[in-house]
Amino acid sequence: MIAAHDVAPAHLPDTTPPEPQVLFELVEVEKVFMVRKPGSLFGGAKVGLPALDGVRLKIRKGASVALVGESGSGKSTLLRVLLGLTRPTQGHALYQGRPIDQVRAEGPAFARQVAMIYQDARGSLNPRMTIAALIAEPLRHFRICPEADIPDRVHSLLARVGLPAEVADRYPAAMSGGQVRRVAIARALASEPTVLVADEAVSGLDVSTQAQLLNLLRRLQRDMALTLVFITHDLGVASYLCEEIAIMYLGRIVETGPTNAVLTAPAHPYARALRRAAPEFFAPISDPLPGEIPSPLDLPTGCRFSGRCDVAQADCHLSDPALVRLGGGASDRAAACFHPLLPDANTDLGHTTATHLKRDIHA
Amino acid sequence: MTMTDDPIAPQRRARKQARRSMFIRRPFFTVSLIVAVGFVACAVFAPLIAPYDPVQQSITAMMAPPGGAHLLGTDSYGQDILSRIIYGARYALLIAFFAILIGATGGLILGTAAGLTTGWVEWVLLRVIDSILALPSLILAIAVIAILGQGVDKVAIAVGISMIGPFARTVRSDVLQVSSQLFVEAAGLMSITRLTVIWRHILPNIVFPLGVQITVRVSEAILVSSSLSFLGIGVTPPTPDWGLMIAEGRGFVSFAPWMSGMPGIALALLLIALAIVGDGIREEFDPKMRGHQ
Repeated sequence: MIAAHDVAPAHLPDTTPPEPQVLFELVEVEKVFMVRKPGSLFGGAKVGLPALDGVRLKIRKGASVALVGESGSGKSTLLRVLLGLTRPTQGHALYQGRPIDQVRAEGPAFARQVAMIYQDARGSLNPRMTIAALIAEPLRHFRICPEADIPDRVHSLLARVGLPAEVADRYPAAMSGGQVRRVAIARALASEPTVLVADEAVSGLDVSTQAQLLNLLRRLQRDMALTLVFITHDLGVASYLCEEIAIMYLGRIVETGPTNAVLTAPAHPYARALRRAAPEFFAPISDPLPGEIPSPLDLPTGCRFSGRCDVAQADCHLSDPALVRLGGGASDRAAACFHPLLPDANTDLGHTTATHLKRDIHA
Repeated sequence: MTMTDDPIAPQRRARKQARRSMFIRRPFFTVSLIVAVGFVACAVFAPLIAPYDPVQQSITAMMAPPGGAHLLGTDSYGQDILSRIIYGARYALLIAFFAILIGATGGLILGTAAGLTTGWVEWVLLRVIDSILALPSLILAIAVIAILGQGVDKVAIAVGISMIGPFARTVRSDVLQVSSQLFVEAAGLMSITRLTVIWRHILPNIVFPLGVQITVRVSEAILVSSSLSFLGIGVTPPTPDWGLMIAEGRGFVSFAPWMSGMPGIALALLLIALAIVGDGIREEFDPKMRGHQ
């Protein structure tokens, strides 16, 4: 489950059933990269580029969370913070209550618990190792099973991701894009993780392969009780695979909540714009969002979306809204907007339900 | 030929054929390989193949033209040129082997170190590589010879040292390129230690390009060692060395062209053969290139 921090902790709901353990918690995470000032050829004038700015996110055990946003919205940086590869410049990134980079530095336990599937699956596999050697590497490294059982374990992992046993002796170069992604998934599962982090794991594949992989991921998530963090820019994929969604815009999470509820009735104007931009069968593509995504070096004053927002009001240009719970403490939705769209206000979206968006996929 | 109803059978047969027939698909490679192997055989079995002692002088058979008792003629001392070329292959390949061994080992160590370190250590290593690279390999080899003196072993060392620079440069760029690959980051993510990552993921991926470099640079090593001998500062005279033979025949080139021509042809043949073999090996065994076929 994702939930925003309430502004006042006293308002936290205590009526909810016993909360599952919170695995990841990001509190006001900021990540500023120092870059050379654009336009200056000489001299070392540097300016801060905020890739993440005030991100709040909670990922509970067993949850499946989709991170959605345009290119440059900070999805990948957020992922690197979650994996402990990047240390936030401000705020806290916690894993089970302790700073992630500290947990990672302590030993291989964190690395075993949290596995990653890269967008470029082929690039994440050493081209000079056979598939069997690639999958055996985490098995050996984390001492998952005795040396003698490794071949059997490799075969069972291959079978789990739907690959025949004879690919074990092949090299990644001899496999197709879909097969390579399966190998990457098998390798990620080898360490018996509790969290699976996937960066655009199905993008760039043909639709039938995508469907197979999505089904595979969903099955694995259910069977192994994995916590899934899935980065995507495909709302259909997000709604099929993930129960919760976090929509990012320019380094900040602007709306979170249950995927279906958020996509059916977005509260943040940006979420609505994203939802409208997703193509539908037999419907003309609606007008795109006006303007370009602003440079993070030159953020607009006030709400970062105010320049492109069609319902912006005077106060939107003055101060920056934080991610707050919508509709009182009991709600599990949150948006960073002063004037969230009310469900009954989006009559134009009334005919579209998230079930339309859900892909009907059968393996 | 038998007809089969199985539609997959011809396909399978075709694929099997394509995999087998590297020597048929690359006729130049095959010919070059035969030539190169021939030179190696000459070098190994020189005493058995050579018709004469390579340093046996004969006043009766001075500057005999090719044909007759001396298949490729004799030089101004009456030494049999064919025998000298056969023994010369031994020296050329021996010097090239040890020079490459020195150059590739030194380059691998220096290049890997420069590619993996940062800060002032990297700066110092880069300046060392740059200073080796600043001089052309022939000039650097001459400088080393000036310090060490003449002789077959000294030539091998001199050529080897002069090749450390180019090897180190390519190794470093390969290390940088491989280190930035995702699978290195993925290994780090798995909390595999840095040394293991270097040993298991980075080195295997630079050894192959290094092997290609070696096949290319073998010819350069032979060329530089021959040049040293040609200039008269490599191996010492009675030794049958191609460069030396070309130099000795220089004064007689107008009326006894075989004296310089024959070792020159041998040298050119070996260099061209090695270059084509090197290219063929690279194109055939690089999994990336194979993947695109």
